[in-house]
Amino acid sequence: MEAPIRAREILGFTLLSLLFFVCRSSPSHNLLISNAERRIDLSSHIVKVYLTLKVENAGSTPTSEILLAFPPTQVDHLATVEALVTKGKRKKTTIVHLDVKPTELPDAPNETKYFTIYLANPLNSGESTTLEVLYLFTHSLEPFPAEIGQSESQLVFYRDSALILSPYHIKQQTTFLKAPSTKVESFTRVEPTNRAGTEMKYGPYEDRPSYSFSPILIHFENNSPFPVVEELVREVEISHWGNLQVTEQYTLVHGGARHKGVFSRVDYQSRPSLNGVSSLRYLLARLPPRVHSVYYRDEIGNISSSHLRTDSRKSELEIEPRYPLFGGWKATFLIGYGLPLQDFLFESSDDRRYLNFTFGCPLLDTVVDKLTVKVVLPEGSKDPSAVVPFPVEQHFETKYSYLDVVGRTVVVMEKKNLVPVHNSHFQVYYTFKPMFMLAEPLMLTTAFFLFFVACVAYLHIDLSIRK
Amino acid sequence: MAAPETSTAAVPTLHTNNTVRNAFGGVLSFFILLLIGVLAFSIRLFSVIKYESVIHEFDPYFNYRVTQFLTKKGIYDFWNWFDDRTWYPLGRVIGGTVYPGLTLTAGTIWWLLNSLNIPLSVETVCVFTAPIFSAFASWATYLLTKEVKGAGAGLTAAVLLAMVPSYISRSVAGSYDNEAVAIFALIFTFYLYIKTLNTGSLFYATLNSIAYFYMVCSWGGYTFIINLIPMHVLLCIVTGRYSSRLYIAYAPLVVLGTLLAALVPVVGFNAVMTSEHFASFLVFIIIHVVAFVYYIKGILSPKMFKVAVTLVVSVGLAVCCAVIAVLIALVASSPTKGWSGRSLSLLDPTYASKYIPIIASVSEHQPPTWPSYFMDINVLAFLVPAGIIACFLPLTDASSFVVLYIATSVYFSGVMVRLMLVLAPAACITSGIALSEAFDALTGSIKFQLPGVSTDAEVDAGETSSDTTEAQNDEVKAEKPEETSKDRRSKKSKKKEREHVERPSAKAKVKTKAEKKRLLALPLEASAVSLLLLIVLGAFYVVHCVWAAAEAYSAPSIVLTSRSRDGLHVFDDFREAYSWLRHNTDVDDKVASWWDYGYQTTAMANRTVIVDNNTWNNTHIATVGTAMSSPEKAAWEIFHSLDVKYVLVVFGGLVGYPSDDINKFLWMVRIGGGVFPHIKEPDYLRDGQYRIDSQATPTMLNCLMYKLSYYRFVETDGKAYDKVRRTEIGKKYFKLTHFEEVFTTHHWMVRIYKLKAPKNRIRGKTKKSKSKTSSSSSSKTSGTKKKNPWH
Repeated sequence: MEAPIRAREILGFTLLSLLFFVCRSSPSHNLLISNAERRIDLSSHIVKVYLTLKVENAGSTPTSEILLAFPPTQVDHLATVEALVTKGKRKKTTIVHLDVKPTELPDAPNETKYFTIYLANPLNSGESTTLEVLYLFTHSLEPFPAEIGQSESQLVFYRDSALILSPYHIKQQTTFLKAPSTKVESFTRVEPTNRAGTEMKYGPYEDRPSYSFSPILIHFENNSPFPVVEELVREVEISHWGNLQVTEQYTLVHGGARHKGVFSRVDYQSRPSLNGVSSLRYLLARLPPRVHSVYYRDEIGNISSSHLRTDSRKSELEIEPRYPLFGGWKATFLIGYGLPLQDFLFESSDDRRYLNFTFGCPLLDTVVDKLTVKVVLPEGSKDPSAVVPFPVEQHFETKYSYLDVVGRTVVVMEKKNLVPVHNSHFQVYYTFKPMFMLAEPLMLTTAFFLFFVACVAYLHIDLSIRK
Repeated sequence: MAAPETSTAAVPTLHTNNTVRNAFGGVLSFFILLLIGVLAFSIRLFSVIKYESVIHEFDPYFNYRVTQFLTKKGIYDFWNWFDDRTWYPLGRVIGGTVYPGLTLTAGTIWWLLNSLNIPLSVETVCVFTAPIFSAFASWATYLLTKEVKGAGAGLTAAVLLAMVPSYISRSVAGSYDNEAVAIFALIFTFYLYIKTLNTGSLFYATLNSIAYFYMVCSWGGYTFIINLIPMHVLLCIVTGRYSSRLYIAYAPLVVLGTLLAALVPVVGFNAVMTSEHFASFLVFIIIHVVAFVYYIKGILSPKMFKVAVTLVVSVGLAVCCAVIAVLIALVASSPTKGWSGRSLSLLDPTYASKYIPIIASVSEHQPPTWPSYFMDINVLAFLVPAGIIACFLPLTDASSFVVLYIATSVYFSGVMVRLMLVLAPAACITSGIALSEAFDALTGSIKFQLPGVSTDAEVDAGETSSDTTEAQNDEVKAEKPEETSKDRRSKKSKKKEREHVERPSAKAKVKTKAEKKRLLALPLEASAVSLLLLIVLGAFYVVHCVWAAAEAYSAPSIVLTSRSRDGLHVFDDFREAYSWLRHNTDVDDKVASWWDYGYQTTAMANRTVIVDNNTWNNTHIATVGTAMSSPEKAAWEIFHSLDVKYVLVVFGGLVGYPSDDINKFLWMVRIGGGVFPHIKEPDYLRDGQYRIDSQATPTMLNCLMYKLSYYRFVETDGKAYDKVRRTEIGKKYFKLTHFEEVFTTHHWMVRIYKLKAPKNRIRGKTKKSKSKTSSSSSSKTSGTKKKNPWH
């Protein structure tokens, strides 16, 4: 166990020295970070990083852009980056969310990726501001050993740098890592390093130049299940008769250490605390209030193990997969529910209608690798457009449902690598004439009318050849 | 209604009055039929309401899977479908071995709905196919009985059939099996036969062949039709009822029907080559001879005819003897005498249990018990004799057919419990006739005895009250003018003549009827009481049917429920296991289980199975049976040679689910022993008793099935108490060396084991002598020997 870590460290240090070498050559910025504190929360399988930066403009020109740097391996797993500034003193603090956008820099060393934070007010020369940055990583805990038996607990690696990767000079920085339990097998020491209970403290490190990097590896126990939805298709169907039908198709996998060998039900049932501690027994879905006709099934029928709790503010659906999911086990299922339309459909000022609905996955604490949201607009609606608070891929489809003639427009939005933070609202605007609601009833009426006319005609016509 | 009323005012005669009444009766019976359809459909929805919209049991899963394939790939791929997911490594040609009627029907419905942009899933369509067709079946019953005894009997029979428990058991929503559409096809074919017989219309004869074709497509039970109709034709000829109508009803059916039947791949040349169809050809020859004789009789003088007869009979006898001798020789040369095993067991009820354990092992192939008659047809059993008597008053071609139908189906239902389904329509028809006649007689006498009605007005009043109180009674009369008008249209002069003979003109009829009624009238009190009793009987039947539909026959068998103090408890273990297999094993892994679970495994888990419910290859099933009855190592070798990766067993000992593999185990031994003689049934029995407790034989306690079922069972309660067998098991602590448990469901009802990989060869440790079982066993194990010489 020790040997690979050692090897990695050596590799890391060579990388570090390389980085130093490279960084020197890049032009320096006017900004510098006087104090940085980073807290990394490793308790669930979504790694949360809270970064507090005190940025100082040491140059002569005001600037409003601050760069965040990430190594390329981390960027692939980066789900979201948020930045905010607290303003005002004490009681009157207001939180201002800042724009964060991925940026390409031509001279990025070692394929470092950047995000730019746009400040609301430019930072004048000599001024400083404090930024709070939150970013989340998915799939960043690597199970080791990669395969475990039923009674073993799940150990994972987490890799990062003891020093914050930044294009700026950092005067002082500290990193705190919080493991879910006190069982930490090993962790890389970059002095000064302290461990207290579940928390490891790296730093404070003084005066590190830009692009400093010092790889660390932490090997610890994380027995929480890793629910990963590999693919989720949410279909929201608007019916102007008063119902909003939501259908969600899940492909769920336990993303933790793979299960190996025997699964013994007797052990699992009689000693639940020792056996299958990291298995996924149930999931909680938070649904909107006033939800009705909820169903939970898969391709072979209803799954009977679910409970729905509703109150006026929210509905909670507790679902159990057909079998407990061990690492690497998969399950597919379908959740569907109806919602009253007036809670989600509104009319905008320019006489258009818009649907206001949540984007992400209603399951708590899950990572969604690929999400497709389909909004099925009623037949006859025109000029659809979607407003989503983050970048998504969009296109349109046509769907034929009950007795449709021209088909319904479907707004399809796709996004990869989602975390619960993405559960924000999005809007789909469209125009719709209520006359179209009558199309199908009229069609049916006509069809029946013609049928009866045909019957009457048949009964009154003598078709015989001879009399 | 306005138009007829004005006409009544204009021409106030009895005739117009009758027209209005007939029109009213027609509308009323139309709505009654509509309600019967709704009743037939909705009484079968208990399973959806109490459980869920899901496919039931075993065979329906296969049909569902085939339908899915059909809707996905289209009809041509369906005919050419070679299924490699089953009977590994043999596979199965689905297109050529399946009765396609049901799947094509559901596929067509699905296609139709989808082309109308009604996006129902294939599963939904499959679930509701059976209830829809039972509504059709009750309408077909109405038509058939109406042909036999008039519309009143027709409506009664349709009501009875709509809720007869025997038919409900096979056609609840989700029971997506061949019988669901086949019963409709059966009744409809009979209806068209009777219709042709009554009208002599070639149009109906052609329709009849098409209906017969649909029946052949749907169910192997079509042989019942192709034997029953010839029997009836023969009966008619023997009793001197030969007519050209009979000829038209029969000859086109045989020619067209056989040609069409041969188009169905699963039947093919069987339609002319097997003994099941032989009777129809024999009668075909006979009817031609008879037709010829009648023709000759018509053109020759009586004297000349006598001479001709003696001449022909003497020559004909000689030829016949020769032909029959050749035929008998041909038939006798084939081992099963040209009959399939299932048909043979119909003729000789002991055949299956003697020779084919697979057929005997299926519970629905057992002879029924008396309670099951009461359960399945209930009060109809008592009404049937009355109906038969009613059929003889008077005996027509049609009613003789009904008598023959009920007689044969009673016999067949006595042989095989599954064929109770064929009895049910016959029982409904005869009971419908009986009830209708009884109501007719009773209400008639009540009307007659009512005080204060003058004799002249009596006839009219009697008729009106019969309209209102007893709609069915009215139908008998309502139907007549309607029929004649139709006949006028189709120009069947012969039929008209017959009608004139049977039914005198309206006035005379009314008069004679009144006379008759006066003679047959029962006392008022007696008829009122009997009427009441009949209604109570009917009510009892309805209550029983609803109970049977709700409680007895609506369980889908893949989901089990039990009521306990703390509410309903659901056992969904089968789907749990299948779902696990589906998502957590490799797509090409092979799963071995007893054949009962084959269809479900392929449909729900989408994994390849060794044997399934099709049971076409006895040896293959025997191989699996042998493996299950062998000790672990030998079983491992058999399974390994079959490329099996997982073994699935069903175990009910923890929760008390009685139809588990341990209870089926003796059949595995029997079927396995039938092919591989080293498996002997007595080895598994202690003093002729099948037991798994400490008294069990060592062979039993060491066989694979015992081990896989009870592996680590003792750790659940410490005593290893089996709730099904109600005993502690014999051997509690043992280890598995060649198998490992990979999944057990929540209530332990399904347990899945994985075959361990073969051990690495260790030099010098190879055993010289193989174990006794494998050396003495079959070619299967020697095949393994070739594959793994180091074992």
